[in-house]
Amino acid sequence: MTRDEKEKKIRQFFICMGFFCVFIMTMIVIFLFSQALPVLHKLSLKDFLFGEFWYPTDDPADFGIYPLIMGSFYVTLLSACISIPLGIMTAIYIAEIADKRVREIVKPIIELLASIPSVVIGFFGMVIVAPFLQSIFDMPSGLNLFNAALMLAFMSVPTISSLSEDALRAVPDSLKEASLGLGATHFETIIRVMIPSALSGISTSVILGMSRAMGETMVVLMVAGGAAIVPESIFDPIRPLPATIASEMGEAPVGSDHYHALFAIGLVLFIFTMLFNLMAAWISAKFKQRDSGF
Amino acid sequence: MINSNGIKQKSLIQRKVTEQIFFILFRLSALICALALGILFYFLLQKGISAINWTFLSKPPMEAMTKGGILPCIVGTLGLSLGSILVSLPIGVITAIYLTEYAKEGRILTFVRLGISNLAGVPSVVFGLFGLALFCTLLKMGVSLAAGALTLSLMNLPVIIGSTEEALRSVPDSYRYASLGIGATKWQTIYRVVLPAASPGILTGTILAISRAAGETAPIMFTGAVFFSPSMPSSIFDEVMALPYHIYVLATAGTNIEKTRSLQYGTALVLIGLVFIINLGAIILRTRIRNKNGK
Repeated sequence: MTRDEKEKKIRQFFICMGFFCVFIMTMIVIFLFSQALPVLHKLSLKDFLFGEFWYPTDDPADFGIYPLIMGSFYVTLLSACISIPLGIMTAIYIAEIADKRVREIVKPIIELLASIPSVVIGFFGMVIVAPFLQSIFDMPSGLNLFNAALMLAFMSVPTISSLSEDALRAVPDSLKEASLGLGATHFETIIRVMIPSALSGISTSVILGMSRAMGETMVVLMVAGGAAIVPESIFDPIRPLPATIASEMGEAPVGSDHYHALFAIGLVLFIFTMLFNLMAAWISAKFKQRDSGF
Repeated sequence: MINSNGIKQKSLIQRKVTEQIFFILFRLSALICALALGILFYFLLQKGISAINWTFLSKPPMEAMTKGGILPCIVGTLGLSLGSILVSLPIGVITAIYLTEYAKEGRILTFVRLGISNLAGVPSVVFGLFGLALFCTLLKMGVSLAAGALTLSLMNLPVIIGSTEEALRSVPDSYRYASLGIGATKWQTIYRVVLPAASPGILTGTILAISRAAGETAPIMFTGAVFFSPSMPSSIFDEVMALPYHIYVLATAGTNIEKTRSLQYGTALVLIGLVFIINLGAIILRTRIRNKNGK
């Protein structure tokens, strides 16, 4: 084999392997669909998505995931209400206000926060935060929507704050200096000039943070309370989509209706997070931050 | 105050006060994040440190998991995370080489990148489902170390690709031109020049991926980990115990949840200690590389 032929072979090998991730993604989609679709022999798509009762082990079983979807929706929403302001304000602090020495301490702390295993955060929520909430709000149980949202918020803050910080740092100095030079205060410059300029990066970070919160399993499995009802208050127990899969998959016999229904929940969850991720990719491509002011 | 254009204007003092109020808020939110980490550590250390001793680290669980140690879980977790890296490192590095050295800008590359970023966003429990359907059921591996490690490796892949790509891009083009200029082929250049120069960066990313794999629970719940295994795994097709799953089981499904509380804290502390030590290694390595590059 000549040198050129060998190079050509190597090149082809790398190009083929480049598609490995795409191949895995395709496989995931195929497997989710093939394992999920049999549930539609049992009931219609509408009954599955909007059915109000989830009693998978009853006879006859009810496979309505509306309360589970609502559980995921509310817990993601509430955690976003906490993590978005906290994450963005922390990012502003690190990027703009903290001096270099403080920054060298705060940044690793945020990184460490991101590296805590989710099961440890769930455990912390269960044994420390839940009894605490129970005693101050005088509730029957501290395992509920609010507690889960709080724990999820601390899982998505690192994502939001580090990506937002990158976006704020990418704002050209010329813009910042122009604003300061016109007599705006530092705060006015941050709010009126830097944040609008970094908006695409910040919104990407928020969407990715929310997508992470929605797909997170262990925290909602351990802390959310596990009741498959549509919550009416923030102190109601809930059973989000990932928690349902994780807690029931061990008991569902392979190939049963319950098994297929859990795959269908996985598919729904996959579609939701995929939409979030595509939205983030679209925003960062469409509103690409400019490196210079022009 | 009203200015000459008739527009209401705040005085400079008012603006400065607003600035200070908001700056305090910004400081406060950074403080809350740090505080959250501090509180978590405080409670884990306070309640878990007494559970940790040599017996705890060197013995299997005893008396229906109410006594004894967590050695099989430590071994299982190391096996799962190292096994997953064994698979994802070569594939990840090859993909990253394709992205930086071989791919041409265009639709195909955008498509590949979209695939990678979407893979990174797939929820961990969905990886668990996929691993269950493909490795455990279709390929008949059952609940085993191999199936768990393979599932984790798919999750690691985007992390490895990302850090390797960054490391490859930070190798100056002058290295490549010099190598190509003295007659080396493209592959020789990549293999002999670019990869060695990028290897510290690749190593850092690999270490971070190991620590991430060690802490994951949802992907191994149905594919690799079990409540209790009477013996140490002897082959890669044996089921294993793992630290994260052990915490979950003891805290939620045990018959003696209150009685094993200190074991739970101890296990959580060991897991977090393991993850932080691995992470710290990566951070130190990264700082060294940066300092070296800076010189």
